[in-house]
Amino acid sequence: MRSDSYTFKILRYDSTEHDREPYFTSYRVRVIPGLTILMVLLRIRDEIDGTLAFRSSCRSAVCGSCAMVINGKIDLACRTQAASFGTDTIILEPLPNLQIIKDLVVDMTPFWKMYEKIKPYLIRRNQNPEKEIPQTEEERKRIDQYVNCILCASCYGACPVPSKDPDYIGPAAFAKLERFVLDSRDERPKRSLEAVNDDKGVWGCDMVLRCIDACPKDVRPTDSIVGLRKQLLKYKSKKIFSMGKDED
Amino acid sequence: MLYHDVLIVGGGLAGLRAAVGLCDKYNVGLFSKVHPIRSHSIAAQGGINAALANNPEAKDDTWEKHTFDTVKGSDYLADQDAAEIMCKEASIIVYEMEHWGCPFSRFPDNSIAQRPFGGAGYPRTCYSTDITGHVLLNTLFERSVYKGVNIYSEYIVLALVVGDGKCHGVIVLDQLNGRIIPVLAKATLFATGGYGRVYYYSTNALTNTGSGIGIPYRAGIPIKDMEFVQFHPTSLIGTNILMTEGCRGEGGYLVNNKGERFMERYVPKAMELAPRDIVSRSIQTEIEEGRGFESELGNYIQLDLRHLGEKKIMEKLPGIRSICLDFIGIDPILEPIPIMPAQHYSMGGIDTDEKAETIVKGFYAAGECACVSVHGANRLGGNSLLDTIVFGKLGAIAIEEYLQTNEIKLDEKLVMGRKTEVEETIKKLTHSGHEKPFKILEELRGTMSQYVGIFRTKEELQLAFNKILELKEKYKHVKVSSPKPHMNYELIGAIELEYMLDICHIIVLGALLREESRGAHWRRDFPERKDADWLKHTVATLGKDGEPSISYKDVVITRYTPMERKY
Ligand SMILES: Cc1cc2nc3c(=O)[nH]c(=O)nc-3n(C[C@H](O)[C@H](O)[C@H](O)COP(=O)(O)OP(=O)(O)OC[C@H]3O[C@@H](n4cnc5c(N)ncnc54)[C@H](O)[C@@H]3O)c2cc1C
Ligand code: SF4
Ligand code: FES
Repeated sequence: MRSDSYTFKILRYDSTEHDREPYFTSYRVRVIPGLTILMVLLRIRDEIDGTLAFRSSCRSAVCGSCAMVINGKIDLACRTQAASFGTDTIILEPLPNLQIIKDLVVDMTPFWKMYEKIKPYLIRRNQNPEKEIPQTEEERKRIDQYVNCILCASCYGACPVPSKDPDYIGPAAFAKLERFVLDSRDERPKRSLEAVNDDKGVWGCDMVLRCIDACPKDVRPTDSIVGLRKQLLKYKSKKIFSMGKDED
Repeated sequence: MLYHDVLIVGGGLAGLRAAVGLCDKYNVGLFSKVHPIRSHSIAAQGGINAALANNPEAKDDTWEKHTFDTVKGSDYLADQDAAEIMCKEASIIVYEMEHWGCPFSRFPDNSIAQRPFGGAGYPRTCYSTDITGHVLLNTLFERSVYKGVNIYSEYIVLALVVGDGKCHGVIVLDQLNGRIIPVLAKATLFATGGYGRVYYYSTNALTNTGSGIGIPYRAGIPIKDMEFVQFHPTSLIGTNILMTEGCRGEGGYLVNNKGERFMERYVPKAMELAPRDIVSRSIQTEIEEGRGFESELGNYIQLDLRHLGEKKIMEKLPGIRSICLDFIGIDPILEPIPIMPAQHYSMGGIDTDEKAETIVKGFYAAGECACVSVHGANRLGGNSLLDTIVFGKLGAIAIEEYLQTNEIKLDEKLVMGRKTEVEETIKKLTHSGHEKPFKILEELRGTMSQYVGIFRTKEELQLAFNKILELKEKYKHVKVSSPKPHMNYELIGAIELEYMLDICHIIVLGALLREESRGAHWRRDFPERKDADWLKHTVATLGKDGEPSISYKDVVITRYTPMERKY
């Protein structure tokens, strides 16, 4: 099988060594067609440098562990082919907007905090039936786009807003919120959307659409932001007409 | 020292379901070596079985029929009382998951959609396109957020503390900070998943090392039926990523290099939807007899979906299509998918009963790491997701009972002592020796895939056995590069490797001794099922000499008399 020697420049950093700045280490690895960046990383850790840190689990682009910056572009290491860049030098860096813990591993705490903030679960007020809550195929399809999110934080890393405002909720959490708002079974009060009705919320988005590009699952978080904005405006105008009465 | 009333190890479906069931009443801590959402459960594709009778062709389906299929599929090694409980619970937990938000696919009458799966008499597999594990795990994680479950993400459990026939807690490594923490708990439930990564060819996540089976084994807890390893018929060549049974459930064909749907030769009635053990053997036979296709990535058979058409593929199997495009550059709408069988599921595991209890008080196990046994010698597709949630739930109920009816005294000193031992082990791994852990692991995986696969013989099993003993010897001289315990994946790998060697030792020993063919355990030298001698569970316990000692245990039979398994 054809193989070429590639250079992988990987950002190294250890948050416990406060006096040492991030630096790059280069590794040479033979690349055959089909070899993914994740396989390269595993090979480096197993055979060349046991101290290299990165996350992985499913190796099949479904668990969301391995998002990173690959030659300047955010993607999942496990679904990116090493030979797909037209160059034999590949630079790997951790996701932006999150603190580095070690090498390619970042602290995901802010990402999960925002996720929890939007109440990421089905809210019911009516009694559930004994069997399933009926839902049409059409209604089920409406949430498909958002259901597909694997919580990899690629979008969060690509978004320009969190670096300016760490309290910004962020694209993935909006997509999750819209997944529930659009779910025919969800009965969260409309007024609960007020929680994202400000600059930390849906109005903080600058619509630069980088999250759409970065997302490996075509979730298009911007669509959810647009959707949530529309619902907020609709709710506001309804509230005005009903003279401030809270109507859900 | 940390304290929790209940400690759950594992954030997959089984672990989350148990935690959600207990956290209202007790102080629960859930420890997982990866964030729960990254657990292997996320990757399950095809679906979860329950006799809801939603499919127009299955209006007379019942839990009894589901039980029968499960027992027959198990080649009669399943405990029938446990299988009954699981199948009876199935519709309850599927509706519960739906009420908690799980977005199942729907039928035109707005009910949960159900598809046919292998070895099942009725189409009873509930699904969400081909991402059923993803939606179930997300739903349970969401539920755990709602309930405020206390989750310790990226904390790996390294040892279990048992004394006086009772469980006192665990020793964990906080991976991000490198701290070794003793945790005291009145009840501990392991939900650590399977051990697929002891094989070279496996559909499992990289994290499925099986340390959660090795840890209790080392603490004296019996391990059951480990020789029964499921090989899934259809994994993508090269990466061995799973191509769900749903592909065949939706009508996909298996085709050899002569263009034949060869399943006709083996199981003319069920064809592609025969149970997994049978389909895997058929594919392997085709390849061995020269009717496979050749490639640099190994010999393969084709899984052909083209006749399903673009619309059906996009609607029912979109995830499969994107995996094919991402990982092998093939669009299944236009080309057949090259597949081969690969290790997929662990029927064996920690010896538990239908309440997730073990012989040690206060120690429970549920999900793929446990062996109840509801799957016996061969698991049916769609029954494992079911098993995880049902026994996660029942385990939580049993723990509640245990905590309510017992005065539990915990031994702090014992736990501290164990912590010191773990620290010693880590010191040894980082300070002396010369063997690279990965080299040993690589040899182990190669050995398991080559000699302990779909077809087995005494000679090959003996070779594997000797090799494992040799690797265990080598392991004594393992050394990892860095002594720092934080974010040290090589160190974690080295610790887990010891447990992987134990697991393989037990698998091979059980397989050598079992001189019959049953379900997934096929001996070329003993091709018959022998109920008179072998209708029994294999139980492995750590012997005084440090070697596994094997005994046997009766199978529970209630209403289904063992008969020949025909499809
Ligand atoms: C690709 C694929 C597809 C599948 N599709 C289906 C399907 O369609 N239908 C079906 O019924 N079954 C399917 N299965 C099987 C099913 O997915 C698994 O059996 C099931 O998800 C296992 O769930 P679990 O909760 O037992 O463990 P897992 O989901 O594997 O979770 C294990 C957890 O334990 C943690 N852990 C492990 N060891 C330790 C340790 N030492 N310390 C701390 N934490 C630890 C991990 O972090 C993880 O959170 C599939 C399996 C595969 C491989
Ligand atoms: S929206 Fe896309 S990029 Fe963002 S977390 Fe979800 S899958 Fe990842
Ligand atoms: S390893 Fe799971 S998404 Fe890459």
